[in-house]
Amino acid sequence: MNKMNAGGWKPGTPVSSNNEGEYPTVTGNRALKLEERLIFELGTRETCGVDLPEPKADAPNRLGKFARQQLIDLPGLSEPETVRHYTRLSRQNYAIDLGLFPLGSCTMKHNPRLNEKVARMPGFADVHPLQPVDTIKGALGVIDELSHWLIELTGMSAVAMSPKAGAHGELCGILCIRAALEARGDARKVVLVPESAHGTNPATAAFAGYEVEDIPADKDGRVDLEALKARLGPDVAGVMITNPNTCGLFERDMKAISDAVHAAGGLVYCDGANFNAIMGRVRPGDLGVDAMHINLHKTFSTPHGGGGPGSGPVVLSEALAPYAPLPFIVKDGETGEIHLVEEENVGDEFPGSFGRMTAFHGQMGMFTRALTYILSHGADGLRQASGDAVLNANYILRSLDDVLDAPFGEAGHCMHEALFSDNGFADGMSTLDVAKGLIDEGFHPMTMYFPLVVHGAMLVEPTETESKATLDQFVMAMRSLAERAKAGDETLKTAPHHAPRARLDEAQAARKPVLAWQGSVEG
Amino acid sequence: MPRYFTEEHEWIDVEGDSATIGITDYAQEQLGDIVFVETPQAGTELAKGAEAAVVESVKAASDVYSPISGTVTEGNSALDDDPELVNSSPEEEGWFFRLTVSDASELESLMNEAAYKAFCDGL
Amino acid sequence: MRYLPLTDPDRAAMLEKIGADSVDVLFADVPAEHYLDGPVAGLPLAASEMAVEKHMRRLSKKNLAAADAAFFCGAGAYRHHVPATVDHIIQRGEFLTAYTPYQPEIAQGTLQMLFEFQTQVARLYGCAVANASMYDGSTACWEAIVMAARLTKRRGVLISGGLHPHYVSVAQTMARFTDEAIAYQLPTLEADPGDDALIARISDDTSCVVVQYPDIMGRIPDLQRIADAAHEKGALLIVANTEPVALGALEAPGNLGADIVVGEGQAIGVGLQFGGPYLGLFAITNPKHVRQMPGRLCGETVDADGKRGFVLTLSTREQHIRREKATSNICTNSGLCALAFSVHMTLLGEKGLTALAAENHRLACLAADRLDKVPGVRVLNDTFFNEFTLVLDKEARPLVRKLAEHGVLAGVALGRLFPHGEGLDDGLLVTVTETVTEDDIETLAKSLEEALS
Repeated sequence: MNKMNAGGWKPGTPVSSNNEGEYPTVTGNRALKLEERLIFELGTRETCGVDLPEPKADAPNRLGKFARQQLIDLPGLSEPETVRHYTRLSRQNYAIDLGLFPLGSCTMKHNPRLNEKVARMPGFADVHPLQPVDTIKGALGVIDELSHWLIELTGMSAVAMSPKAGAHGELCGILCIRAALEARGDARKVVLVPESAHGTNPATAAFAGYEVEDIPADKDGRVDLEALKARLGPDVAGVMITNPNTCGLFERDMKAISDAVHAAGGLVYCDGANFNAIMGRVRPGDLGVDAMHINLHKTFSTPHGGGGPGSGPVVLSEALAPYAPLPFIVKDGETGEIHLVEEENVGDEFPGSFGRMTAFHGQMGMFTRALTYILSHGADGLRQASGDAVLNANYILRSLDDVLDAPFGEAGHCMHEALFSDNGFADGMSTLDVAKGLIDEGFHPMTMYFPLVVHGAMLVEPTETESKATLDQFVMAMRSLAERAKAGDETLKTAPHHAPRARLDEAQAARKPVLAWQGSVEG
Repeated sequence: MPRYFTEEHEWIDVEGDSATIGITDYAQEQLGDIVFVETPQAGTELAKGAEAAVVESVKAASDVYSPISGTVTEGNSALDDDPELVNSSPEEEGWFFRLTVSDASELESLMNEAAYKAFCDGL
Repeated sequence: MRYLPLTDPDRAAMLEKIGADSVDVLFADVPAEHYLDGPVAGLPLAASEMAVEKHMRRLSKKNLAAADAAFFCGAGAYRHHVPATVDHIIQRGEFLTAYTPYQPEIAQGTLQMLFEFQTQVARLYGCAVANASMYDGSTACWEAIVMAARLTKRRGVLISGGLHPHYVSVAQTMARFTDEAIAYQLPTLEADPGDDALIARISDDTSCVVVQYPDIMGRIPDLQRIADAAHEKGALLIVANTEPVALGALEAPGNLGADIVVGEGQAIGVGLQFGGPYLGLFAITNPKHVRQMPGRLCGETVDADGKRGFVLTLSTREQHIRREKATSNICTNSGLCALAFSVHMTLLGEKGLTALAAENHRLACLAADRLDKVPGVRVLNDTFFNEFTLVLDKEARPLVRKLAEHGVLAGVALGRLFPHGEGLDDGLLVTVTETVTEDDIETLAKSLEEALS
């Protein structure tokens, strides 16, 4: 093992010892496995990859006394160096384009390239959000068409398009609920959230000023209806339920839950992160849901981009539609004319709107991609997609449940994701070890340790865009890893062995955070 | 000097009306590598069961509740720079805070070392 | 369907393995009365790539693209030339189709990029630490306000009239639910950005003062004075910047006393896109405040072999661990836009950003001088970067609409930004970036002349 210097061995410095495994190299590179320095170590303040006129010393200056005096100290690279830097970095990433990315509840499906092409049409990409309305009819048209699809697919009354991502959509939904309750003078304080919920749910409810209380699950991994009913009362503003839930199960009692919540004067928020499982098969509106966000970057294939941008439109029931945030569009039933409603005209017609959540109109670049995806599939293709997603997940569940513990496997079919636990692993072997072993086998790990209600949870969501051959490969890898974990194979504890980096020291990163490069760029 | 324990895996040393509070070896084992500890400021009034401190590992954050009522006299500033003390010396150098005991009778409901050991064995 | 790899024989073999007769059987948990037995009625069926592209192109043509106009719009969204390299890099599948880097061993590309991005943003803003991005400038601004409340334990928020009205609107919306007390007054049509009046309103209850730099009318407030006044009362200064190119010419807010600097990063690398997705930037000057920061953070560490590597860190602040006690409910950020920003910034570097800023300012000065000569037009600003306010002798909104019919997007009328603003209707915000030619400036001047005569 290398002797560690302060920050570890850095790309660009010679590898001095010959203990880099077999066949050492002096650069640290290994053929196509290329190491790459930071731009701050590569570039200089004088290098530039864009041709611009030289600033003139005698140019007019209206900056007043605020002209910059201090160096920014930014490195520049020429165009070829820039392309190479980022291309080399890109090869240290796993991606859907490289293989199966079975992160449960993340819906890592193929991102069609037509989406990208359409989003780059000048009429979409090169349009300013504050242009006069007459010059953006096409943009409003996209919003209108996508809205129509989302409303019809979910059986709801309206949709708020501006939320920037799933958690922002959750916030939108909860704020609609709060606005609706306040409008009827009803100051309820508590939001009920199942233990299995994603962390954004309680975070959102708390941010909106609610106290969060857990709802227990029953032995089948679903909301305990009787316990929920017992808790409902005049202080409960509503519930936040994920359906299908994070155990990959459909909440069979959803309608009964909604009816009970409504009877007690509350409202129902549904986390739509898992809508991909039921798209075109069942409509949340028919199950009594009042608000549900839709992750366009999950269900409707807009790219995850290494952590965003997302897009989280929220479909609303008739009860909540009047409280939707600004801006929104209204289509004239007779003329077909689309009107944009903003602060200036919200006035008397829509007095309930709870206000603006973001500048401008939301994630337009994601709307064009999602609409392109939806039109490509059509109503029949979307239904086929959810069917194949559920089929793929059940195929994985039944191909692995003899070697891995599937906590709810006995209870019936799963939806679009299959849940396993670490039950049966040898002492000292963990879900993390299996996940890291999966990296060596060329797959991205599944979601680990989530949901929290299952010990050592492994949540596998294959999505519909994987072939049977890929799933069979994955099953083969998982069966091997399950056997190794049960046998206590120590080599798994140090996996991955073939990735660009071995396991990283997260404790050091958190104890003494280094969050920016500290040196000075070469002049 | 008597040492008491809670079911939340805190230990309390009492000397006169001063108490020193930390988390047990069992607790640090469960949390793994400790990366951050936030201790209460001197002068903070804590009721029994109130949130007193936060302890964070890489993947988890836990609140530490005050096992008894009192006024904080000191937080352990050594943890600011060396949170790993909680891993290496949980029941000595890795103490969290000291307080002035306001109601000594609250100590009666706490466990002694033998009772705590039995409690952990049962987990 | 071209995106679905399973064949019917595949499906049959898989159903046999599962022990189910049909795919419908897998949905047995859905109550029968709610299960749809066919595609949702009344919606179109699958379409070819060619047909979809045609449909979308027709929609796109109903918009007037900026490239097809003489274009002077800004107000928080800026049109700059984005080098072709930027779009090429962000379309690489390894960046485009990766997830949040929760498995650092196979996400070093994204993580190293984020570490570089954080450093670029921190330096641009004159700050110690920047996060890995947020949704956009408006939401980042609100997150800064609640962070200030956590740090100061006060609830009074003093917002300058120069802050983008959408940012104000977002803060006002959110404050209704979180008990922040917002004090805000509309701007006035004056050259002075109103620093004195703002400073006079800082009190012992003020948690933070929020100032835009340059402000919504292009004016440049004196941050140092406001910072000193705020700090004297124990309040923090939050500076919002909507045009990062400006910081190639103007002193960084962090060097002028700001405590939290937030902004919209769209102008560098991202493009207009009708308002989104954009890129929220968030940075702080005091590294001790880092545990109160929202959003993801990437940090340097080493791997088990002693090699430098990067991980997401301090994640105990975040919702997936802290749940209802998190610093923010944010989960997704704006990773791909951060990549676009970082690539563009790497191409520019110190030299390029300085030159780009100088070129913007040169053209803006040229335009201001030319437009000031148009009868019925006066330039309001004493100071500006690439955006300034014209005062017309009539209401600006109808005029903007009229000019648009002739392919001139003249700017953003203050009446659009402040529909309920008194005395602002004659203001027109004009933005001049390097994409504007001297011909475009002449076209705008002539069009205004004609429309105002």
